[in-house]
Amino acid sequence: MFKIVEARYLSKDVKLFRIHAPRVAKKQKPGQFVILRVNDHGERIPITIAASDAQEETITIVAQGIGKTTKLLNTLETGDSIADVVGPLGKPTDVEKFGTVVVIGGGVGTAIAYPTANALHDAGNRVISIIGARTKDLVIFEDELRAISDPLIVTTDDGSYGVKAVVTVPLQELIDSPNRPDYVLAIGPIPMMRAVAETTRAAGIKTVVSLNAIMVDGTGMCGGCRVAVGGKSQFACVDGPEFDAHQVDFALLAQRGAMYRDKERVALTRFEEEHACKLLEAAKA
Amino acid sequence: MSSSNNPLPPKERLQIVRQSMPEQDPLKRAHNFEEVNLGFTDELALQEATRCLGCGKPRCVQGCPVGVKIAEFVDLIVAKDYLGAAAKIREDNVLPAVTGRVCPQEEQCEGSCLLAHRAGSSSLGIGYLERFVADYERTTGQIGLPACAPSSGKKVAIAGSGPAGLSCAGDLVQRGHDVTVFEALHEIGGVLVYGIPEFRLPKDIVRQEVDNMRKLGVKFETNVVIGKTVTVDELFEEEGFDAVFIATGAGLPKFMGIPGENLCAVYSANEFLTRVNLMKAYRFPEYDEPVFDCAGKNVGVIGGGNTAMDAVRTSLRLGAKNAYLIYRRTEKDMPARIEELHHAKQEGVQIMDLWDPVEYIGDEKGWVRAAKLRKMQQGEPDESGRSRPVPIPGSETEVALDMVVVAVGNTSNPLVQQTTPGLDTDTRGRIVADHEHLRTSKKGVFAGGDIVSGAATVILAMGAGRTAAASIHDYLTTGEW
Ligand SMILES: Cc1cc2nc3c(=O)[nH]c(=O)nc-3n(C[C@H](O)[C@H](O)[C@H](O)COP(=O)(O)OP(=O)(O)OC[C@H]3O[C@@H](n4cnc5c(N)ncnc54)[C@H](O)[C@@H]3O)c2cc1C
Ligand code: FES
Repeated sequence: MFKIVEARYLSKDVKLFRIHAPRVAKKQKPGQFVILRVNDHGERIPITIAASDAQEETITIVAQGIGKTTKLLNTLETGDSIADVVGPLGKPTDVEKFGTVVVIGGGVGTAIAYPTANALHDAGNRVISIIGARTKDLVIFEDELRAISDPLIVTTDDGSYGVKAVVTVPLQELIDSPNRPDYVLAIGPIPMMRAVAETTRAAGIKTVVSLNAIMVDGTGMCGGCRVAVGGKSQFACVDGPEFDAHQVDFALLAQRGAMYRDKERVALTRFEEEHACKLLEAAKA
Repeated sequence: MSSSNNPLPPKERLQIVRQSMPEQDPLKRAHNFEEVNLGFTDELALQEATRCLGCGKPRCVQGCPVGVKIAEFVDLIVAKDYLGAAAKIREDNVLPAVTGRVCPQEEQCEGSCLLAHRAGSSSLGIGYLERFVADYERTTGQIGLPACAPSSGKKVAIAGSGPAGLSCAGDLVQRGHDVTVFEALHEIGGVLVYGIPEFRLPKDIVRQEVDNMRKLGVKFETNVVIGKTVTVDELFEEEGFDAVFIATGAGLPKFMGIPGENLCAVYSANEFLTRVNLMKAYRFPEYDEPVFDCAGKNVGVIGGGNTAMDAVRTSLRLGAKNAYLIYRRTEKDMPARIEELHHAKQEGVQIMDLWDPVEYIGDEKGWVRAAKLRKMQQGEPDESGRSRPVPIPGSETEVALDMVVVAVGNTSNPLVQQTTPGLDTDTRGRIVADHEHLRTSKKGVFAGGDIVSGAATVILAMGAGRTAAASIHDYLTTGEW
């Protein structure tokens, strides 16, 4: 069992957990993830490590409650435990001195991009960050990113905060400006990553994305996480999760990601009904 | 051997026919996950044991990869000393309830049995008898736990908790060493829990064996991937281990590299079986892990080994309308256990031998809808002694399939090898270890089981674990490498 030492909401559906996981905390490098199983009946899901503290023996993860498992996870509070946490898995990001780098985080991807942005900053790069969100309330990790960014740009779909635009608009502006980036990292929803890849492809700028494939073991044992990169099959859990954005077959990633959509709906409905019952009982008591 | 307990003269023993295993009705069991074989009763076991000729030089023992004293344990069954028989097996085989169920007996002990080579007779049911005494011991709760030697003060780390890791751990803890088994998954048992299905090997049996080891003092740490969570060098330098045994198995699925293999509902056997067995997807939504809903669907499994057989029979149990086993050689060349093939056919699995997939065809949403297969014919014998399958030109045909499981073999997982400097591997990425002692190129590091041999069998992995335990013990006591 892995104890949660801190749990707090960052925005409406996005929750941060600090988990006591000494072995993972000691080894984690930016870009790596854990696989967790909330309880004995749970599924195994990958979640990127947003930060770790070897001294405190904790790792930080950020989860957005979308499906049953992430919603279940988000019901957990400080002091609760998670049945299984294994990692750190995947290859760490290649952190080099590229010059000017642009780090783009979409939605909860912002939390995932943060440790890499930090490492790129420490490696002597000028980091320009772009946070993209649907609306103001969903902007997370802004302060953390601002501290290492020069500058930080926020875009929202509805214009409630920052610039009303999608992330590729300021990205294109940067490409056309004297601050032309030497390297771009984009982590977020598939359509966003795909759009970023298309924007930088024409400009020939090295671009890396982190792929959120469906996983089971996370060690190369099942092949369920296969993605096509440069026309070749790769296992996202061991060969990735970060890949050259210009080589990734995003359509396949989206297709495979939707494979269990019906089942996810069943699980979620069931969970929400049970959860509502529990809340009702608690209210009565 | 003084085969004294058998009351019948050999001639009369030859009159008794091989007792058949009581099993669940094929049509019923094809829809449940309960064990297929129900096990011998006392009477059946006695009757079967009495068939043993008590050979002076028992060939069955030579046929067993770990040399279980078969003639002696069978004779103890005749004397109704079932616990004695179980203890006799345990001298050489620590997982009898498992091997009694999954060993390819027809190629080993039973294949060597004199009775198997007599016209009109068939081999002694050694596997069934082994299972009988192991179950007797287990269900009567009388497993005699051996005493452990006083503490040696030495620490051994084992990577991987399959049969190789488990048997090595059991032997070492008895010799007084402090043993920790590290397992990447959240459950202990390796292929025994994630691969082989419940209907062939109930998971309670594995759990009980693991509990026994815990009682002996073996420590288990799940959720640790050696090479990622902690490296072999760190185990020595930072955690004070004196020796390491690597038993990480052959867990990397092979794909064929044909078009369409990444379509939705094309699985590796590892993924399909792990979802169903380890993650209990067959009990969705009570358990959260999903798997493709086979109910009423056409399923094709590619391959002819135990893994393919397990996958195709699992798909039937999940409700598949048609479950095809598609194999490029002939049915008789299939490497699967003969009993599994027999059971599969009884349950309604449709064998398509001498067919080979060349492409999977998807629908507009990216789901597989058909496989393009080509017919094969038997060519000259290849290095395996079986005739090489040769494609027949122009024989391509399309078969409608809603799910495909690729079960064409596994290779070794490179995580440990990549992160352990000084550890030699062969051209196929397997760890090199000398046959006799299972020592690797790196001091203090031993390796065995599928990670050294390539995908093999439970009994060979278990045997390797025991060999490694003996040489680790020598190394720890003498310090000689
Ligand atoms: C579906 C299936 C059916 C089979 N049926 C039969 C049968 O009927 N009869 C038979 O004799 N054989 C059968 N086999 C083969 C048999 O199961 C294997 O030969 C045997 O389990 C090998 O044992 P092992 O201990 O070497 O490895 P495994 O059983 O593979 O165990 C290795 C363990 O190591 C863990 N591991 C891997 N990497 C790491 C790491 N880096 N750190 C920590 N842990 C790690 C894995 O998670 C796994 O638990 C079957 C195999 C499969 C897949
Ligand atoms: S998650 Fe199983 S191989 Fe990647």
